[in-house]
Amino acid sequence: MSDFTFLYRGRDTNASPEQMQKTMEKWRAWFKDLGEKGHLKDIGHPLENAGKVVKGKQKAVTDGPFAEAKDVVGGFSLIQARDLDHAVELSKSCPILDVGGSVEVRQIQVINM
Amino acid sequence: MVAVLTRLFGVHNLALAEDVVQDAFCRALEVWAFRGVPENPSAWLMAAAKNRALDVLRRERTIRTYEPELTRFLGSEWTLAPVVQEMFTENSIKDDQLRMMFSCCHPRLPEEAQVMLILHILCGFGVDEVASAFVTTYTAVEKRIPRAKKVLAGSKRLFDTQAPSDFATRLPAVQRALYLLFNEGYHGASAEFAVRADLCEEAMRLAALLLGHPLGATPATYALSALMCLNKARLPARLDASGKLNSLFDQDRSLWDQKLVREGLQLLDLSANGSELSEYHVEAGIAAVHASAPSAQSTNWEEIVSLYNTLMTIRPTPIVALNRAIAIGQLDGPKRGLEALRRIADAERLARYPFYEAAFGEFELQSGRTQLAHQHFSAALALSRNPFERQFFGQRIAACGV
Repeated sequence: MSDFTFLYRGRDTNASPEQMQKTMEKWRAWFKDLGEKGHLKDIGHPLENAGKVVKGKQKAVTDGPFAEAKDVVGGFSLIQARDLDHAVELSKSCPILDVGGSVEVRQIQVINM
Repeated sequence: MVAVLTRLFGVHNLALAEDVVQDAFCRALEVWAFRGVPENPSAWLMAAAKNRALDVLRRERTIRTYEPELTRFLGSEWTLAPVVQEMFTENSIKDDQLRMMFSCCHPRLPEEAQVMLILHILCGFGVDEVASAFVTTYTAVEKRIPRAKKVLAGSKRLFDTQAPSDFATRLPAVQRALYLLFNEGYHGASAEFAVRADLCEEAMRLAALLLGHPLGATPATYALSALMCLNKARLPARLDASGKLNSLFDQDRSLWDQKLVREGLQLLDLSANGSELSEYHVEAGIAAVHASAPSAQSTNWEEIVSLYNTLMTIRPTPIVALNRAIAIGQLDGPKRGLEALRRIADAERLARYPFYEAAFGEFELQSGRTQLAHQHFSAALALSRNPFERQFFGQRIAACGV
């Protein structure tokens, strides 16, 4: 088993409260399913939209990330899967895909010392 | 929440207040998806909205103007947080809801739009829910609500509930709006539900707020609350377990909520203070006579007819006349009932109301003219607005036995 992160991008900001509620229920069901199958190492957190970007040697601080809403990371989780393909398979049922968002699947580097 | 935030931002920033609430709600749901729903979601949401409000006020305090009397507090970081904190205490929230209720009953808005605004802003009904409560289309409500909000935003400031003369002037409109809201739930022509108890409960909650205000607790408000309690008490019997609609005459009266009946009678007592006799007094009186009768037969119909006569002098509408005719039929027999029905002025306004035809049907049936009764019930069936009414009139047709 290896560890992966799921980075969730793109939140649906125009949803009505009813739609949001449905979306939330889908997320909870999805997390529950992942957890029961032993794939959820850490459920992670949703992230605020607003933040700062610190850049360069000058440590310049700007408001940001100021990417398109669809590109902003809205949350993350830690996942356990056999390999990258398996992790990708797991991500395919993520509710964010139903609202036009994306999941970035990245393996966590492990260096055995 | 919108009411509290509008108090903070000023009524001209109503849209901003709504955005903040929407935003807080969306964020809350995201966090709940990850962390689970907290034990007290509404308190959690309030806190989230409060934090959002602080963010907005800090970020935009130079760009926007807020509620004039609050601006000087909101301008300084020293006073900003305590003022916002104060706004979100329970008493403040009640005041703000009352203020918003009065603001929604703006004289430039038609009654229906006032009720829609109250439902939307104070009861948190979405556009689709308001549309279903009013049996109208989503697009119609979608157009009306922003138009009404514009009127509200144009009034520059929220209604001042501390000014006695303004309060007294607008109170009847507020009472009327709550009355309509309650009736919409009780007799609503909803396509899916025979009764919308949620609308009745919202109306009762807001009426209780009104009673809690020293200027709002007038005899008419007591009467209005009494009327709501006494009618609400009958709801469990109006719709039986299978969802079947029962008329007052064949309801299982043991299902009536006796606690609400007692509460209603008590409120009615409190309303008899002063010389004012409002339509709510009379209607509550009628509901009290029904609530105190062990059966339809033993009802004091004489009292009811006389109350309807009084009501006709205050509010002479065809619906009141129809109910009066039905009561006359109970008191003096179907022949007199039919005469009263035929004498209703403006009866054409009842042309699409199924219970008008049904009233003719009942009296014809009682007179033994089953053929005629059958025709009237069939006409009522054709006008029925939901499956419950259809089932009800279907049974009346079957009762004619032709």
